[in-house]
Amino acid sequence: MDENMKNSSCTENVGEEYIVDVEHLTIRFNKSTEKINDLKEYFIKLVKRQLMFQEFIALDDVTLKIRKGEAWALIGTNGSGKSTLLKAISKILKPYKGTVTVNGTIASLIELGAGIDPKLTARENIYLNGCLLGHSKKFIDEKFDDIVEFSELEDFLDSPVKNFSSGMKSRLGFSVATMMQPDVLIVDEVLSVGDVLFKKKCVNKMKDMLSSGTTLLFVSHNMSTVKSMCTHGIWLDKGKIVMSGDIEEVADTYLAQIEERKAQQKKAKDKSKTEPSKEQPKK
Amino acid sequence: MAQSKNKRTFKEGSFLEIFRYKDLLYQLVARDIKLKYRRSFLGYLWSVLNPLLIMIIMSVVFSFLFQRGIENFPIYLLAGRTVFECMKTATNRALNSITDNTSLLKKTYVSKFMFPLAKITAAMVDFVFSLGALIIVMAIFSIKDGISMFSFLNLGFVLVVAEVYLFSMGLGFFLAQLNVFFRDIKYIYNAFTTMWMYCSAIFYDVGMFYEKAEKQSTPYALYLAKIIEYFNPIYIYMKQFRYFVWTPGLEYGIPSWAQITGLDFLLGFAYAVLALAVGIFFFKRSQDKFILYI
Repeated sequence: MDENMKNSSCTENVGEEYIVDVEHLTIRFNKSTEKINDLKEYFIKLVKRQLMFQEFIALDDVTLKIRKGEAWALIGTNGSGKSTLLKAISKILKPYKGTVTVNGTIASLIELGAGIDPKLTARENIYLNGCLLGHSKKFIDEKFDDIVEFSELEDFLDSPVKNFSSGMKSRLGFSVATMMQPDVLIVDEVLSVGDVLFKKKCVNKMKDMLSSGTTLLFVSHNMSTVKSMCTHGIWLDKGKIVMSGDIEEVADTYLAQIEERKAQQKKAKDKSKTEPSKEQPKK
Repeated sequence: MAQSKNKRTFKEGSFLEIFRYKDLLYQLVARDIKLKYRRSFLGYLWSVLNPLLIMIIMSVVFSFLFQRGIENFPIYLLAGRTVFECMKTATNRALNSITDNTSLLKKTYVSKFMFPLAKITAAMVDFVFSLGALIIVMAIFSIKDGISMFSFLNLGFVLVVAEVYLFSMGLGFFLAQLNVFFRDIKYIYNAFTTMWMYCSAIFYDVGMFYEKAEKQSTPYALYLAKIIEYFNPIYIYMKQFRYFVWTPGLEYGIPSWAQITGLDFLLGFAYAVLALAVGIFFFKRSQDKFILYI
């Protein structure tokens, strides 16, 4: 707690010009072998003295400063902490150490349609989802036609969402989430569903938002999309920043290293294939 | 832009943040109500019919069991039970509210107070709907005795709703956060509410204890009566509710169960505010850890 205070007092004098300011962010999880989530187990473990806390650092001392209008790509292998960083920026996760300051409104597309209730109709879901994102009913009334038009769901407005296809659901989710002009837009690999046409529409929409001053944080494994959308890149590995800066540079270095790893893996595989006889006698 | 400035006046994670999300509260409550009554023809009828049937069964059973009858027992029973059931359903639904919205909490930032609050508010709306049963019984008694049981004083029940609302909120917040860490709390709470029901004078009269104390010259029954009267908030709310239901019946002469004093209101609101403060305190303290356990 003390450390938090110290950090926040440090950032105050420089923080203003950045729209997203992440300072020495560390996020810790409990990686216990089994989750204890009832009272009975808790007491049994307490008596047996098995209440252990196994620390897992998902993000380690990450510092990231983003100016207004920049587009940042988060690159890294699975489990490198990309989504954790996005969740910390969108206030879902609290920092264990360090601070996260965002000077503006955030729209996070971490999963499309997280708040969609399948039993409600599309119309009701637009209102429910909009309110979940913190908008007022009046605001949604104003934007309602735009949302419906963008999602291309005019004919299905009054049928329950449980009858929708997954593509239709993500269209609904994307339309609601991007209807307001947020200061920061967070996109986490959500565009993998949906048909090509809608994907293109979404990318165009994001580009539109970018050109009108929205800051973008984007996670994708598709390097060509990343390069066309983003200006900056940050490469995470095992919770640490490996490299950050210009997108071309970061993406190329990342790809080069991935190729290297692939080659190594192949080598190791070949090796184990050629020497099976050595391992067997040991058993 | 003005809108976003307005939003920042509430500190993130504080209870007052719920005012930023008041439209969301409306949407969530409307969803619960709609889903309950949509596409079921007998939807509203059930919430009236159910208490009525239980009242009839219990009235028949208890008029055999207890020698000393309570005047207008069906009204007595129904009024008490409605209040208790309201609190029980509200807190039970609040208990599961955080764990049921796991996917949402993992993906967006919303004031976490909203989920228990919405469930409790929906239960309060249900409560008001279920008053239909009471109105039917009151009408029957009015016709039977030839004295109207309806007057403006009945509207005092709004006070009781306010107290029960605040109290359930406090208890609901506390249970909702506890359930995130200990999923078996609902079974314990279930057993607890059963005990609580028997301690709440729903189908008996606290006056019975006083009589027993006099007869047996042991003070234990007296202690029990005092505990129920002063330390059981639900009984206090029930008593007030019965008073507001029963007052027009004053012309009958007030039976003991409908006598209340200012102290009852004072105690009632004190318990409600206390529960709310405790609930908010614990919820606020643990809400940042929810994400690690859901």
